[in-house]
Amino acid sequence: MLKPAAVTPAAAPEVPARRLFACMALLAAVLIGAPASAVVTIEVTRGVESAIPIAVVPFAAGDSGAAFSELPVEVIEDNLARSGKFAPLAREDFLDWPHAADDVQYKDWRLLKAEALVVGRVVTLPDGRAEVRFQLLDVFRGKRWAEEIFVVDADKLRVAAHKISDLIYEALLGRPGAFDSRIAFVKKTPKDCLHPRCHYELQVADADGHSPKTILNSNREILSLAWAPDGDQLAYVSFEKNRSVIFVQDLYSGSRVAVARHTGINGAPAWSPDGNQLAMTLSKDGNPEIYVYDLSSRELRRLTRHAARDTEPAWSPDGGTIAFTSDRSGKPQIYRVAAGGGDAQQLTHAGEYNAGATYSSDGKSIVLITNQGSGFRVGVYSAVDRSVTPLTETSQDESPTFAPNDEMIMYATQLGGRNVLAVVSPDGGVRRILELPEGDYREPAWSPFNQKQ
Amino acid sequence: MRKYLQYAFVLSAAAALVGCAGARTSVDEEQEEEVAVVVETDTVGEDEGVATATGLGDVVIAEPVEPVVPAIEEEDPVPEVQEEVDGDLLVQRVIYFEYDSSAVDTDGQAVVEAHARYMQEVPDVRIILEGHADERGTREYNLALAEDRAKAVADLMQALGVDASRIQTVSYGEERPVALGNDDSAWSLNRRVEILYQ
Repeated sequence: MLKPAAVTPAAAPEVPARRLFACMALLAAVLIGAPASAVVTIEVTRGVESAIPIAVVPFAAGDSGAAFSELPVEVIEDNLARSGKFAPLAREDFLDWPHAADDVQYKDWRLLKAEALVVGRVVTLPDGRAEVRFQLLDVFRGKRWAEEIFVVDADKLRVAAHKISDLIYEALLGRPGAFDSRIAFVKKTPKDCLHPRCHYELQVADADGHSPKTILNSNREILSLAWAPDGDQLAYVSFEKNRSVIFVQDLYSGSRVAVARHTGINGAPAWSPDGNQLAMTLSKDGNPEIYVYDLSSRELRRLTRHAARDTEPAWSPDGGTIAFTSDRSGKPQIYRVAAGGGDAQQLTHAGEYNAGATYSSDGKSIVLITNQGSGFRVGVYSAVDRSVTPLTETSQDESPTFAPNDEMIMYATQLGGRNVLAVVSPDGGVRRILELPEGDYREPAWSPFNQKQ
Repeated sequence: MRKYLQYAFVLSAAAALVGCAGARTSVDEEQEEEVAVVVETDTVGEDEGVATATGLGDVVIAEPVEPVVPAIEEEDPVPEVQEEVDGDLLVQRVIYFEYDSSAVDTDGQAVVEAHARYMQEVPDVRIILEGHADERGTREYNLALAEDRAKAVADLMQALGVDASRIQTVSYGEERPVALGNDDSAWSLNRRVEILYQ
C-alpha cells in the first residue's frame, strides 16, 4: 500500500487569503449514466462561498513528461469539488502543463485566479509499482505548500488520487480529508422484488461509491452495518436463519462469527471505541433492551430495564456514554446512559420521532433521523439548546453515518422512486447522490480513517 | 515489509479462529438456557436462507471458514393439516394494525379468536407469528415495533387458552413488505402480523 518514501513537511500555511467568490448558483445537472448501468444521477450542489480555486494539472508519466500518466486527476478534482470547499479550474484554460514546481510560471496561474496548483508525475519502478510524486503549490507566493512521494501498486492509481486529495485537503484546510476511506452498504435486487425473491449483497466500496466488492451474498435481509474501529471487521444483522442474528465478519478473510442469536431480536450492533465490546439490542428477556457484549470474555451486561422499546445504541467516542432510542415517553426519542450503567437521561424532546443516533468522531455532534411533521429526515442534535435541526428535504431518510473527519454525512433515502445513498454536509449546504450500478441501496456505514500503510 | 505483514495476518487470522471457536461455544450455552418457550430450532419456519461470505484480501491467508452458526438438521416436515373452515375467519391469516400501534382491533380479534379455537381443536399444530411494520422510520425501531405486534397477537392467543409452547414469534420489521408503494394504501397492508402454521 501507500508508503511515503520522502516527505517534505508542509510549511504551516497562513490562513489562505481567500477571495470571496460569487456563490455558485443553484446548479442542477442531470447526468445520464453509461448505457450498461442505465443509471440516472441527479447532482444538486448549493453554492458555497469562499471555495478555494485550485488547478490540477494532469500528471506526467515517467521523468520525460512526454506522455500523461493514467492517474485519474479528475478523481482529485471531483473529490475536492464535492467537499464544497474547493473550485477546480477548467483544464481548457490552462496556459501550460507543468509537472514540477521548477517548471511553473506562477504569473500564468495568477492570471487564471488560481490560488493553489497541483502538479506531479508517476514513474514506473523496476518492480512494476508506481512511484507517485506530487507538489501542491501556493500561486500567490510562488512557493511549495506541500510535496510528497509515495509508492502504490500499479493498479491502485485511483487510490493514489484519493490519497493526494486527502493531502491537499489537510494542507489547505488544516483538517484531515476522508477521501481515502470506504463505505459499506447493502444492495438489494431485482427491482420491485418481494420476499422471498430478493437478493441481498453486503458491499464495501471507495467512499465515492467506486469499485464495490461484495463480501456477503444472501437471499435474506442484511441490515445495521457497523465498522470496527480498526477498519478490519464489520458487524451486521442477517436474516439468513429467518430471524435476526448478529454476525461479526473479518473483511480480509471473510470468516465470521455469530455473536448474538438469542430468542427474539438480535439487532443494532455498535462497537465500543476500543473495539472490545459491542452494544446491541436484544429482546430475549421480554422486550428490546440495550446490552453490552464483551468480545473477549463473552459476557453480556444489561444496560436498560424498561418496558419500553430500547434500541439503536451508539457509543460516544470517549467510550463513556451510550446514546440510544427509547419510546418510554410515548414516542421515540434519544436518551443516553453511562456505558458502565445507570439511569437514562432524555436528550431530545422535540417533534414526534427522534431515532437512529450516531456520534461524530469528535463527540460534539449527534446525527439522527427526526420527524417533525414533514417526514423522516437526517437531523443534527445540538447539546447547547437540545434542538434537532433537519438537514434534508426528503421524507424517507435512514441510516445516517459520519465520514471519519465528520465533514460529511451519508444516508439512505428515496428519490424519484429509487432507493439511493446520498451525502450531505453537517450544515446542510452541500449535497449529492452517489452514483452506483442499478439496484436498491440502503444501510450505509462509513469506515474509520484508513489505518493501513 | 510485505512478508512481515502476511505473517502478522496469518497470526491474527489464526488468533481470530481460536477466538471464533470460543465464541461459538458460549453462544450455544446461552441458547440452551432459553429453550423454555421456544420451538427448538435455530432457523425459523420455512427454508433457511443461504448466505456466502467472501474476504477482500488479495492474498489468500486462510481457507474460508464455515459460518459458525451450526447447520440446522432438517426436521421431518409437519404433515399438512386439513383445515376445517371455521367461518371465513380461519382463511384469514393476517391481522392489521394502525400506524405505530401494536393494539389488536376488533377485526383482528375476531381472526385471532377463530385461530385460537382451531388450535384447541387440533392439539398438535404449532404456529409462527410474524410481525411486520411499514417502511417509515428506522429499521431497528421497526424491528421492535413489529415484535410488539407479534407478541400482542401471541398474548391474545394465550389468553384464549393456547399454550405458549405452541406459539413462536419473529419480527421482520419493515424488511418484508407485501406492498411496495410509498403511500398509505401500501403502508396499511404492511403493518401486519401473519399467522403461519407449521
